[in-house]
Amino acid sequence: MREIPAPAIADAIAKLAVEATHFLPEDVEGAIRSARAGEKSPLAIQVIDEILENAAVARERMLPLCQDTGTAVVHVELGQDVHVAGGYVVDAINEGIRRGYAEGYLRKSIAARPFSARTNTGDNTPGVIHFEIVPGDELKLMFMPKGGGCENMSRYQNFLPGMGRKAVVDFVCETVDLAGGNPCPPLIIGVGIGGTAEKAMTIAKHALFRKVGSRNADPEVAELEDELIEAVNALGVGPQAVGGTTTALDVFVETHPTHITSLPVAVSMQCHSARTRQLVL
Amino acid sequence: MNDSIAITTPLTDDVIGRLKPGDHVSISGVIYTARDAAHKRLIEMADRGEALPLELRGQIVYYVGPTPPRPGMVIGSAGPTTAMRLDPYTPRMLELGLKGIIGKGGRGPAVRQAIVAHHAVYFIAVGGTGALLNRHIKKAEVIAFEDLGTEAIRRLEVEGFPAIVVNDCRGGDLLEEGRRQYRTSARPVPAGQAAGG
Repeated sequence: MREIPAPAIADAIAKLAVEATHFLPEDVEGAIRSARAGEKSPLAIQVIDEILENAAVARERMLPLCQDTGTAVVHVELGQDVHVAGGYVVDAINEGIRRGYAEGYLRKSIAARPFSARTNTGDNTPGVIHFEIVPGDELKLMFMPKGGGCENMSRYQNFLPGMGRKAVVDFVCETVDLAGGNPCPPLIIGVGIGGTAEKAMTIAKHALFRKVGSRNADPEVAELEDELIEAVNALGVGPQAVGGTTTALDVFVETHPTHITSLPVAVSMQCHSARTRQLVL
Repeated sequence: MNDSIAITTPLTDDVIGRLKPGDHVSISGVIYTARDAAHKRLIEMADRGEALPLELRGQIVYYVGPTPPRPGMVIGSAGPTTAMRLDPYTPRMLELGLKGIIGKGGRGPAVRQAIVAHHAVYFIAVGGTGALLNRHIKKAEVIAFEDLGTEAIRRLEVEGFPAIVVNDCRGGDLLEEGRRQYRTSARPVPAGQAAGG
């Protein structure tokens, strides 16, 4: 059993919140640069240039990449041989969010009562926190400040099992077409297939932590990822939906075995400001 | 590379008449920020016959909820939010004299018709470039609904603020035209937009 003090978790989350909102991950910036080289629309190229310049300005002037610094989504991989000492782990994470969003001059975007008063909680808490118990004695914190524009374009549907692969491709394309410029393309698209409704959406969202350019280890799933990238980029939506050949930087598919009657498909969208940051304690 | 068209606020009918989808503009002068809650309040005030806290005639509204400024800065990161959420309020705002809007993403059919009917224009700024757009905002001052925090109405003085014309006063739509031009997919474009922008 290894002890990790709760305040160390709060410190780590505060640091992740500030870094994630200011520094575009290298793999994402690299993918945007590659997309620029292949883009056919001159207007789309200008949009991409502004996106790249924004990343540089954010870094140099310590300004958030985007004013929507998001819901604080935290995925925790908690080693089963870890004991969190001196406090409840969820409280520590929320304390880190509170501090990171204050110290980093980040926007507080959480409404306390979703269908009524919608009063702002004032400190961007509570985060949306997922726990996964894993072997070992380490604690991994994965932070995603998730913007509303792309999050609101998430979509779920269950299909007839016999509809198979075609249903998945049609649904993903339709979702991207309907979303248009709202989720801020060029996108990274997470697709969860199988499990149950909540499992499909959870693995779709979790896929957004993957490195751009990585492929699913299962060759059949990897091939579906390639097919989806091509299908989505043929839609012509383009950066900010101005028209163009770059609609998605990548598509990540994750699967889970499912019930004999079900074919759940979930789509979770990430904008070009694909902000994630991880740290192991 | 498109040359940028320099425009100043308030917008004149003549300037609006010359803009077409895909034009790059750089906006200088005063623009006002407003999002969902501020729109709701402005329209309720107008419906009760009360004086509005700003003159909408000829003005541009920017859909933005900025991050708090760091010490020494006038505003934080300040990029556009999804315009579709404001669709229910936009025709009334145009009736009240508003002439220009800056947001991101497309507009619904009722808004597009109202833009033509009121000889107005809808621009997008590039979503997710709030740090870059910060440089073009020289002054920011809350002028109404301070209790709304980031969603309060702010008067911004901007210089060379970059935007792209999407919906012009003749009914053109850059997003529709652009998608048609670069679409190689055999799939038909589904009707409508996603709910929940």
